[in-house]
Amino acid sequence: MNVRSLAFSAACLAALVAPAIADTHVTVLHVSENPAQRALWEQIAKDYNAAHKGVTVEMKYLENEAFKAKLPTMLQSDSRPDLFYSWAGGVMQAQAQAGFLKDITSEAAGFEQNLSPTAVDAFKVDGKVVGVPFELGEVVFYYNKKLFEKANVKAEDVKSWDDFLAAVKKLKAAGVTPLVVGAGEKWPMHFYYSYLVMRIGGEHALADAKAGKDGGFKNATFVEAGKRLRELAALDPFQPGYLQTTHAASAGMFGDGKAAMDLMGQWLLAMQAPNSASGKGLPEEDIGILSFPVVPDGKGKATDTLGGVNGWLVAKSAPPEAVDFLKFFSQEKYADEAAEKAAYIPAVKGAEAHFTDPLFKRLASDLAATTYHQNYFDQDLGPSVGRVINDVSVSVAAGEMTPQAAAAAIQDAADQQ
Amino acid sequence: MPPAPSSFVEPRRRMSVNGWTTLVVFLPPALVLFTLFVALPMTEAAWYGFYNWNGYGRPEKFVGLKNYQLLLGNAAFLRSLLNNGLIIVVSLVVQLPLALGVALMVAGRITGAAWFRMVFFLPYILADVAAGLIWRFMFDGAYGLPSLVTGALGFAPYYLLADKTWAFSAVLIVILWKYFGFHMMLYVAGLQGIDKSLLEAAEIDGAGPFQRFWRITLPLLGPMIRLSVFFSVVGALQLFDVIVPLTGGGPFETTNTMVSFLYYFGITRMRVGFGSAVGVALFVICVTFAFGYRRLFMRDD
Repeated sequence: MNVRSLAFSAACLAALVAPAIADTHVTVLHVSENPAQRALWEQIAKDYNAAHKGVTVEMKYLENEAFKAKLPTMLQSDSRPDLFYSWAGGVMQAQAQAGFLKDITSEAAGFEQNLSPTAVDAFKVDGKVVGVPFELGEVVFYYNKKLFEKANVKAEDVKSWDDFLAAVKKLKAAGVTPLVVGAGEKWPMHFYYSYLVMRIGGEHALADAKAGKDGGFKNATFVEAGKRLRELAALDPFQPGYLQTTHAASAGMFGDGKAAMDLMGQWLLAMQAPNSASGKGLPEEDIGILSFPVVPDGKGKATDTLGGVNGWLVAKSAPPEAVDFLKFFSQEKYADEAAEKAAYIPAVKGAEAHFTDPLFKRLASDLAATTYHQNYFDQDLGPSVGRVINDVSVSVAAGEMTPQAAAAAIQDAADQQ
Repeated sequence: MPPAPSSFVEPRRRMSVNGWTTLVVFLPPALVLFTLFVALPMTEAAWYGFYNWNGYGRPEKFVGLKNYQLLLGNAAFLRSLLNNGLIIVVSLVVQLPLALGVALMVAGRITGAAWFRMVFFLPYILADVAAGLIWRFMFDGAYGLPSLVTGALGFAPYYLLADKTWAFSAVLIVILWKYFGFHMMLYVAGLQGIDKSLLEAAEIDGAGPFQRFWRITLPLLGPMIRLSVFFSVVGALQLFDVIVPLTGGGPFETTNTMVSFLYYFGITRMRVGFGSAVGVALFVICVTFAFGYRRLFMRDD
């Protein structure tokens, strides 16, 4: 063997072996279908890889339902992701109890003060930090300004539950469908029930019920919330056939101007146009935002917010680089970019100032000024009790179940856990 | 004929060396696959059924027969059992006669028979999920089939899939539409296997069309009918993919089948123990039916 070929083989061998030794691989598994969000995340991963030799962060996508079904198995296998998408709440607690999550309390102490405190708290289990939030959301009434005008309803006058019911009646009288809801998928209806519980019982209502105080979910707050929901539904405010409407179809109906209001999360703004029959949806300047009204004698404030808290959980076996990447990810400059592009509402403090889109700016300011932020009930409680809340919300609204029976059904599910 | 020498009978009883080799070579792969993918998961499911378990970590909370007790007290599960029964009844009472009738029409050498067969068979080829989605639009009260009727008569739109009393009939219609072509094809194949000379002989003997059908065609189709009933029942028990896109089990859990109940109440709610109990119940029902039916009706086939 001559020297040249020896050198060549050595070079080949080195090329093969080198990355295997030096490279630390960090896989990040997510479910985002938002193109702007994904593009930004890909960019962050690319920047991190460029700045850190020998570390490769890879963003991987899995469809939402597939993700939820596969994750328990994946976490027990060798192909588990190092970082993965989470809605916090009950599922995260189950994952932590099974010992799949890493305690990153000390590592996170270096950068968690830059993040929204409520969002950080959502990713603690028994006081230990197990994940890092990246996004917050808010559920509000989006309303169609033209239809409000047609029915002579002024959004600024709708402050209390009674104002809201009056507005619904006025809209109906003007021949406008007041509310659109994708009750075929159930969870859209649970936003009404959740907000009513929050407005009636205040910030401790859900925590107390979970802890089993005053009869748990059978207490007066949950029963009262059911009564109020039925009071609204008795006015027949929803689009015809709402029990079969899917979430996507309901977003399209709002986009087509077929109903005046939709109680929904911020993603409605991205969904209303593509799902509308016209394909164009409503122009943004025709959409307004209305906070959920306060209930007379309720303990909750108008500034209490309901909405998602999403973040990254760290798997037990993740390398230290994974947490380092989360620190890199949580930098202000990326949050500002997310805000400027209205890609999502970052969980980083001060990002609200960088929004130019007026609707997103409003949501981000609400969240920055929130007096109490509550994760979605069905996420907070975990799938087994959460889905029962979704079920009974629809049943109570449709008059299929009494508010008392609904509250008892939730408690039953909680007892069975 | 002299009795066969004993040496001729013996090899059948005692396995030859050659037979053993075949056994050793061919049995293990099949056995391993069966154990890994059939027996083991079923045993695991039976075991999980005794636990309150969310799928994370190891099952630890042993609850005995509690899951089965909850199951029998669950209105949505009882409704799904009833629904499975309804599918079977409709399959047997409506679908099979219809399929047989159409098969009689298109099995002969009439012009365009092949074309008709293809048209009736097409829905069966379509993916179940696609069929569910298509029919979801078809049943929509605002622009689907019901709107043609209500619109013409000036009634308010009718949303079949939102009506808890009648929503399940929508599922039945889709199943009928989707699967009758398959059964028709079974009968067409059966009819083509019937010896024409028998029918001719009967005709010469003076038998009318009805007698020919009742006394010759139908008895000779017996094996095919028994097979078709078997497929109908097993298919009905396993029905899932039409339900999810069409109704999602709603409204108020009135349109679930046992399998969709398992999915919605076991898997999506992360109640793996409870879901396993549903799986075991379903398994027992299927096995009882399959073996019972084969013993009783398909012995000769």
